[in-house]
Amino acid sequence: MFDVPWDFTAIPRFFPGFYVAALLTLQITFFGILVGLALGLVTGLMRLSNNKLLNMPAKGYIWIIRGTPLLLQLMIIYYGLIDLVSIDRMPAAIIGLGVHNGAYIAEIFRGAIQSVERGQREAALSLGMTPAQAMRRVVLPQAFKRSVPALGNQFIIALKDSSLASAIAVRELLLRARQMGSATLMMLEMLMIVGIYYLLMTTVLTLLVGRVEKRLQVSDYRD
Amino acid sequence: MMIEIRGLNKWFGDLHVLKDIDLDVAEQEVVVVIGASGSGKSTLLRCINFLEFAQKGKIYIDGRETDVKSKKLHLVRAEVGMVFQHFNLFPHRTVMGNVIEGLTQVKKIPQNKALEQGTELLAKVGLSDKADVYPAMLSGGQKQRVAIARALAMKPKIMLFDEPTSSLDPELVGEVLQVMKTLANEGMTMMVVSHEMGFAREVGDRMIYMDEGRIVEQGEPKELYSNPQHERTKAFLSQII
Repeated sequence: MFDVPWDFTAIPRFFPGFYVAALLTLQITFFGILVGLALGLVTGLMRLSNNKLLNMPAKGYIWIIRGTPLLLQLMIIYYGLIDLVSIDRMPAAIIGLGVHNGAYIAEIFRGAIQSVERGQREAALSLGMTPAQAMRRVVLPQAFKRSVPALGNQFIIALKDSSLASAIAVRELLLRARQMGSATLMMLEMLMIVGIYYLLMTTVLTLLVGRVEKRLQVSDYRD
Repeated sequence: MMIEIRGLNKWFGDLHVLKDIDLDVAEQEVVVVIGASGSGKSTLLRCINFLEFAQKGKIYIDGRETDVKSKKLHLVRAEVGMVFQHFNLFPHRTVMGNVIEGLTQVKKIPQNKALEQGTELLAKVGLSDKADVYPAMLSGGQKQRVAIARALAMKPKIMLFDEPTSSLDPELVGEVLQVMKTLANEGMTMMVVSHEMGFAREVGDRMIYMDEGRIVEQGEPKELYSNPQHERTKAFLSQII
């Protein structure tokens, strides 16, 4: 036997102790995605508008958010705005992750909406629908279906990006690992525990997205 | 007049696609439009239900002038049915869902009433057994018949057909033309962009030949077909036979 400086039996022993931190990670991710979806849909539609008053702000938002790191954005919200508003760390993390993902999701929705054939909108209009009805009843359902794979990908990124909330003192998985690592002097073991947690969560998310994709394929083939 | 077009001009950028079009279509008239691709025939059709906007000229539908900037443009479109070359059925809805979409969403008819009408319309186009099937499962001819039923559900005053059979396999063309013939015989006002000469001669009241954005020649289909006056019309007809 090699004499290794690690005690991997610590992994199962300490594993359950990360349960609360994992719940926090899930909370930030879940609400961050919800905020991101809402922002993304609105921004994506604004981006497609011919009205400059709508598409310019959308372009600006996407430009700034995609062009700067999430870590910086979180720090600005939590530390930078302290003189203006004091936002608690959890809401700050959720807002940060939501605003960040909103920019990416906006581009996903925009691409999906543009990928729906022009004839679909025209057929809806020719039936007498208003442009808004055509969007809601005909274009968006098809666009949403096409955006699911890209959205799933984005959700997985969001789940992992939630670890950056550790930098604003949210005791999610990564911060918990660092604190436990320092306390027990078993840094690698603790980091491996959160690695397993992340892997479990991203696996479940991948499976869920796959199921949604399958369910939405119904109209492609079913008799 | 069901459709009156006066001095219609349309540009795509620098390209002048419709030049001084004047056209009247009477109630119950069936007008067939022929012409080479790029002659402006599809654009003309698309201008009539305002999927394209002409920069100059006026269009009157059933005697009313249409303001293209009006917020009520959709109400005009609801009176003008359109059938597309590529069907444009809604893939996420069943055949019945497609047919009743306009009834429930535009006319706000309750679901059960809409289903009754949908059942009748599907019977009319011979697709009663396909009500619960998604469009992906249908042949091209069946898709186009569903598209016709979907447009008819709105009880339009005019039906526009934009090359309704050109993307169909040859053996499926007949079933679509049959539905269109029935419609013509029932007195529907129709404008049909198509090179189906058999259909034009059998049910067309008038045939229009367009070239380079202008109406070059028009007349009774048999007459225009067998005795074209203009050189360009002769050349075109000799090509498509």
